[in-house]
Amino acid sequence: MIDKKLLQKGSLDELVKKLKSGGTRVFAPVEKGGKVLFDEVDSAAAMARDYVQTTLSAKDVILPRCEEMMRFTTGQGTVTMEKAPDLPPPAVVLGVRPCDARSIAVVNAVYLKDYNDALYKSKIDNTTIVGISCAKCDEYCFCTSVNGSPGDTEGSDILLTEVDGGNYLAEIVTEKGKALAAMAPELFTAAGSEDKAKHLADVKVQFDLKAVEKKLPGVFDGEVWITQSLRCIGCGTCSYVCPACTCFDIQDETDGNRGVRLRCWDSCGFGQFTLHTSGHNPREVQSQRWRQRIMHKFSYQPDQLQVTGCVGCGRCSRACPVDMNILQHIKDIEAQ
Amino acid sequence: MQDKIRQKARELLSSGAVKVVIGYGEGTGSRVRALFIQRPEDADRLIMDERCVQNLAVYLTKHEVRAIGKPAIVAKMPVIRSINHLAYEEQFNEGDIAVIGISDSDELVDLPDLTSVREYAAKNPLLLTAEERAELDKLETMTREERWNYWLEELSNCIKCYACRASCPMCYCPRCTVEVNQPQWISVPAHEIGNVEWHIMRAMHLAGRCVNCGECTRACPVKIPLRLLNQRIIADIAVNFGQSEDYALAAFNPNDKEDFIR
Repeated sequence: MIDKKLLQKGSLDELVKKLKSGGTRVFAPVEKGGKVLFDEVDSAAAMARDYVQTTLSAKDVILPRCEEMMRFTTGQGTVTMEKAPDLPPPAVVLGVRPCDARSIAVVNAVYLKDYNDALYKSKIDNTTIVGISCAKCDEYCFCTSVNGSPGDTEGSDILLTEVDGGNYLAEIVTEKGKALAAMAPELFTAAGSEDKAKHLADVKVQFDLKAVEKKLPGVFDGEVWITQSLRCIGCGTCSYVCPACTCFDIQDETDGNRGVRLRCWDSCGFGQFTLHTSGHNPREVQSQRWRQRIMHKFSYQPDQLQVTGCVGCGRCSRACPVDMNILQHIKDIEAQ
Repeated sequence: MQDKIRQKARELLSSGAVKVVIGYGEGTGSRVRALFIQRPEDADRLIMDERCVQNLAVYLTKHEVRAIGKPAIVAKMPVIRSINHLAYEEQFNEGDIAVIGISDSDELVDLPDLTSVREYAAKNPLLLTAEERAELDKLETMTREERWNYWLEELSNCIKCYACRASCPMCYCPRCTVEVNQPQWISVPAHEIGNVEWHIMRAMHLAGRCVNCGECTRACPVKIPLRLLNQRIIADIAVNFGQSEDYALAAFNPNDKEDFIR
């Protein structure tokens, strides 16, 4: 049962300051130079307003673009591993869109299902997600086509919805959310009869997810991938702006006999992604890489992990330099 | 202009002179996208307006596009310059491509061969606009420390998606320096030094080759003003080497008077 409270307009800032004073890192969307990025903030006043979606997702907090796995020192026939870096202080990510909050289920499925990835687990366990419902959407948004919604509580520990007067309806969803609210109980007052639905964007359903899932295995050898990907230039933008893309590469950086091992984002869009040491590449052309991206999200992950690997945030389409629009491509596949 | 491009594309495809015409067409929303027209009856999908700015020359070295057969390419000035450089670097031979040239004054330009492309590019030297110069001058007024911090701040947003490289017609290496790891010349992770090394290395590799099309800046998802790095080099080359046809830093002469280059 989700507990509903009211957070006064000015209380958000008090909440941020209270969290900060307790040593918690607070991340929120900040606008700078035409882009909106998650950054550490000291007050709610720094938060961006009036945007549809952040340029990058908050993935960086739980799955950094590059993160230290361990340090090592090599000697005469020996390798000494050093203590893993200390855990960063707890984090609260404020202003996560409901689509992005849903993406945590995808990342969890990859990193915690069969193998418990300690590095990731330490971060997600240490992070509280305060989502914020969407009052606006654009032509790239399609959360409702992948089982989400602009006011969806899944993945958020607390979900805020801006209601009349700039106040927030606070839905306290999880134990983590309760713990956060308990840090400043005076700020969370009794909710009245706020009509949440009235304050949500109208995101139309654009395709039948089940039908697409069913269709995909049958079009694996189709021409559609070639037609769609001819203009794809093979960069990693779609994967890197995606909140649900989880693939990584491991890099060792050494300086003399000391080294550090880093886990870095990787992308199936790159030709090198599947290049074998022998020189053989099982995905040697871009159409195969593009197919992998779509199949992974809409066929393999639903099949193997029981999650859809796309949350409909639309970032890949917005950011793509060559207009590879995922919504259009999925609809084209559905219509085949 | 649009009608003339369509007409030309139709002719080239109907006569069998080319297998594909690379041009612009309507994308999603108000966006345009690259089209690869392979049938004369599809030529009417080609468009030309102020939104058509992507440097299509990037597709001329793309394996999947080359596999279709001989291409014709809709080429405004930055694309013409790119073709000229790519030909200079022997990425294709005479007869490998056809060019549907469009002048800055929006006229079709007849560019029947690579020689005419070279001559046309030479007649239209690459010059920075007053606005571009003003932006560079603004950077120049900073102290060295301020400028360093400006770049550290901008580059801290880099996620190493390599959209700058992928969108650039001059970045066609089958194996980029950053992907060479025996030894590892450039740090791969998207941390501070990795990002700085990457962008400086890329700018240096574009010295004398960059056509200032702005594609890297447009492609960058986090809006790093990458063009400024290359424009700085373009400005320096203009001062130190003049508008040379030998492409300044890209030129190699076995008889160079400097020892280190041999």
